[in-house]
Amino acid sequence: MEVSVTINGTAQSHDVEARQLLVDFVRSTVGLTGTHIGCDTTSCGVCTVLLDGVPVKACTVLAAQADGHEVTTVEGLKADGELHAVQKAFKENHGLQCGFCTPAMMLVGAALLESNDDPTEDEIRWAISGNLCRCTGYMNIVKSIQAAAAEGRAQ
Amino acid sequence: MTATPDLATPPEIGGIGHSVLRREDDRLIEGQGDFLDDVALPGMLHMAIHRSPVAHARIRGIDTEAASAVDGVVAVVTGELMAAHNLAWMPTLSGDTQAVLATDKVRYQGQEVAAVIATDPYVAADAAALIEVDYDMLPAVTGPQQSLSADAPLIRDEKEGQTDNLVYTWESGDAEATDAVFAEAAKVVTLETFYPRSHPAPLETCGIVADVNSVTGQATVYLTSQAPHAHRTLFALVAGLPEQNIRIISPDLGGGFGNKVPIYPGYVVATAASLLLGTPVKWIESRSDNLISTGFGRDYHMRGELALDAGGRILALRADVLSDQGAFYSDAQPSNFRAGLFHVVTGSYDFAAAHVTCRGAFTNKAPGGVAYRCSFRITEASYLIERLVQNAAYEIGMDPADFRLLNFIREDQFPYTTPTGFTYDSGDYHTALRKAMDEVGYTELRATQAAAREEGRLLGIGIAHFTEAVGAGPSRTYDIAGLKMFDSAELRVHPTGKAILKLGVKTQGQGHETTFAQIVASELGIPVTDIKVVHGDTDNTPYGLGTYASRSTPTSGAATSMVSRKLADKARKIAAHLLEAAEADIDLAAGVFSVRGTPERSVTIQDVAFAAYTNMPEGLEHGLEGVSYYDPPNLTFPYGSYIVVVEVDAETGVWKVDRMVALDDCGVRINPMIVEGQIHGGLTEGFAKSSMQWITFDDDGNCIGANFMDYLVPTAWETPRFELLETCVPSPHHPIGAKGVGESATVGSPAAYVNAVIDAVAHLGVRNIDMPVLADRVWDAIESAS
Ligand code: FES
Ligand code: FES
Repeated sequence: MEVSVTINGTAQSHDVEARQLLVDFVRSTVGLTGTHIGCDTTSCGVCTVLLDGVPVKACTVLAAQADGHEVTTVEGLKADGELHAVQKAFKENHGLQCGFCTPAMMLVGAALLESNDDPTEDEIRWAISGNLCRCTGYMNIVKSIQAAAAEGRAQ
Repeated sequence: MTATPDLATPPEIGGIGHSVLRREDDRLIEGQGDFLDDVALPGMLHMAIHRSPVAHARIRGIDTEAASAVDGVVAVVTGELMAAHNLAWMPTLSGDTQAVLATDKVRYQGQEVAAVIATDPYVAADAAALIEVDYDMLPAVTGPQQSLSADAPLIRDEKEGQTDNLVYTWESGDAEATDAVFAEAAKVVTLETFYPRSHPAPLETCGIVADVNSVTGQATVYLTSQAPHAHRTLFALVAGLPEQNIRIISPDLGGGFGNKVPIYPGYVVATAASLLLGTPVKWIESRSDNLISTGFGRDYHMRGELALDAGGRILALRADVLSDQGAFYSDAQPSNFRAGLFHVVTGSYDFAAAHVTCRGAFTNKAPGGVAYRCSFRITEASYLIERLVQNAAYEIGMDPADFRLLNFIREDQFPYTTPTGFTYDSGDYHTALRKAMDEVGYTELRATQAAAREEGRLLGIGIAHFTEAVGAGPSRTYDIAGLKMFDSAELRVHPTGKAILKLGVKTQGQGHETTFAQIVASELGIPVTDIKVVHGDTDNTPYGLGTYASRSTPTSGAATSMVSRKLADKARKIAAHLLEAAEADIDLAAGVFSVRGTPERSVTIQDVAFAAYTNMPEGLEHGLEGVSYYDPPNLTFPYGSYIVVVEVDAETGVWKVDRMVALDDCGVRINPMIVEGQIHGGLTEGFAKSSMQWITFDDDGNCIGANFMDYLVPTAWETPRFELLETCVPSPHHPIGAKGVGESATVGSPAAYVNAVIDAVAHLGVRNIDMPVLADRVWDAIESAS
């Protein structure tokens, strides 16, 4: 079936199997491999993308469900050649180690900051609680999102 | 060895001690990491594995007809086909053999039975599900006690000479001397505890893209590998391919933690399929594949005893372990040490006698005991001694902190040889524990705890003071599958003064591309931003045994120092030539070579590098490059003092961490920011194992913990906040005094969390709750104690 999605601002149409998952659409059909796969039970969150600005686990959404919608992946975080505040903050606060969970964590962080420019630590921890990280112990991820929030407020 | 140089550098050079931001992050934050599943080659096929749904059964027949008929299926591989190529079985890292695809029996749930190769991963998965296997069920053996009982079914009936389920027996220390001390002891304290099976579960599962060119014979293998060189050699030995034609590329790894050390059957099948089909074949594990069949950690049933004198001094230790090995003996352990380095179980304490025994047993569970974020069974050892010590303090009526301070090895006793034969390099345990106690406010906390008890509230304070043994070699003692454990670094300084450093080890998130460049920056004064670090590609890096057991800094990090010093020696000659001075008069500091006494006469490392290609003194070879293979004289022994404060809800058994104060001494810290990140991660894994994360089995051998709904990994919501402290006693034998830190917190912290919960209920008489310390277990312990 034909699926038309605006990915990171660019409209794309592809003929795909009806059962294709959005994560495979993004990774294999479109070729954006910054979105990862880490489980088969919707538990790990490394497949997270933004669907019309809202974080979704792309392993549990069909590509067909994204038809006519906007998808943002990690590759779309940068705007006009400038890194997003969360991207800068993750690097500056050692918010990543292996980097496998990082694209998803940053997208969830960016979405949170869209609706709340001064989240508490608990609000951040709750927001990312659908996303696992096996490396960092979350301390520096929380710190990174706090730093990005502070940066956003200063602007 | 050259005298230790001055390693201080300004921030723009960014050497040792600077929290340099990570070089690898730039690609990772933009989604430009190159992970295994991102590899896509022209014509690449996809493989899916059909696994056994049962734990123990004889195979009567395999029907692949329906699977083969699916549109897009290129081949269905069974054990029979593998056997035709002599690849139905493969050697393990521990000298056993393991089925690649089962031919006779299945021996655990999740065992590989057949594989489908197809044009699309969805089709491969569909077809794999259509394979029908006719099983003749056998009774499942799900624990080592059952396995070693006389009437247990024989799991390894195919193995010549194997008449029972015993894998090995192993011992260390002096039985007679230890028994003699125990016979005279004023008090003996015993603890029986089970360290359950766990799984490293990196968020990226394991995978391979095998690309064997049938014309040239070149095998390019993209592999989630923590040890690419070792894997190349093992591939050559297993598959019979000429080693010069095998290139292993281990791309960005989404975590490893020991899970990516072994060679798994799927790798062998995919490589064989690529060889036979002449096309690249990709296989990526699903999460359940990963949890159900690949290298697990722990599964140790332990009994420990401490002999004490009347004053509370430890006199001797006895430890006995029953290890559940699963169906094949495929531990990643040095071959001299069946129980790994478990005999470091004497911990941080000074006493003369110890005896450690261990038996391994086959069971109908997945094989592949890996050191999950630890150095060869050190976590189990550290857990046992630290739990025992707390119980001993209770029995003798002493505070657990005082008991430790009384029994610690003293600073003036280092280097200290333990009764089981380790020589600890350096340490100051008393200072470490006291500093952590001050930070947490230990004395006041004990008063708060007593007051809380009066009100019926259960507060617990748990300490763990661990000593790790990491950084294997020395090669004369340590090996993996016969490959000796040294490591390497190759450094080339280009004419413009920029450098490329190539390592025998392989990062999985630890930040090698930054920290190893920092070592060169300190040694030679080349700015860290001018140094590219290459690793994980066997065609382009010197031989080494890889990254696990916290060995990268102790071995390859040392090699990086040593090769830099080799280059500094040559550079000094070139500088002397450029400055028209005697070589002996040249000083090097932060990348500037100057003439002693007249520091204004100087050249930079960049000048020297250019001269190495353009203006060499008579008699010197051109170029500025070299390689070092470093064989450490000893292990390194990082340590730490962790104190956890918990509150236990007496009504429900639920416990919550109020404080986690972690002091680590890992010697010299190359990049303090990265070190702290490693500790955060390790403290989280310790929390995971103590509170929720385990794999268990029902009586039929069904794995419970085969996905992230059953195998609980803590999220940001449950994970405690950590307060970090440090001391620094350098390793005397490491060129920059570093000891390694990647695993310390995973090793040290489980006992601290568990001790804290036990401490909350110890006054009721509770002395043990097995991990994971689930609320119902705590509640049970309280109920049965009161
Ligand atoms: S891949 Fe794990 S939640 Fe989507
Ligand atoms: S950084 Fe490795 S999983 Fe989060």
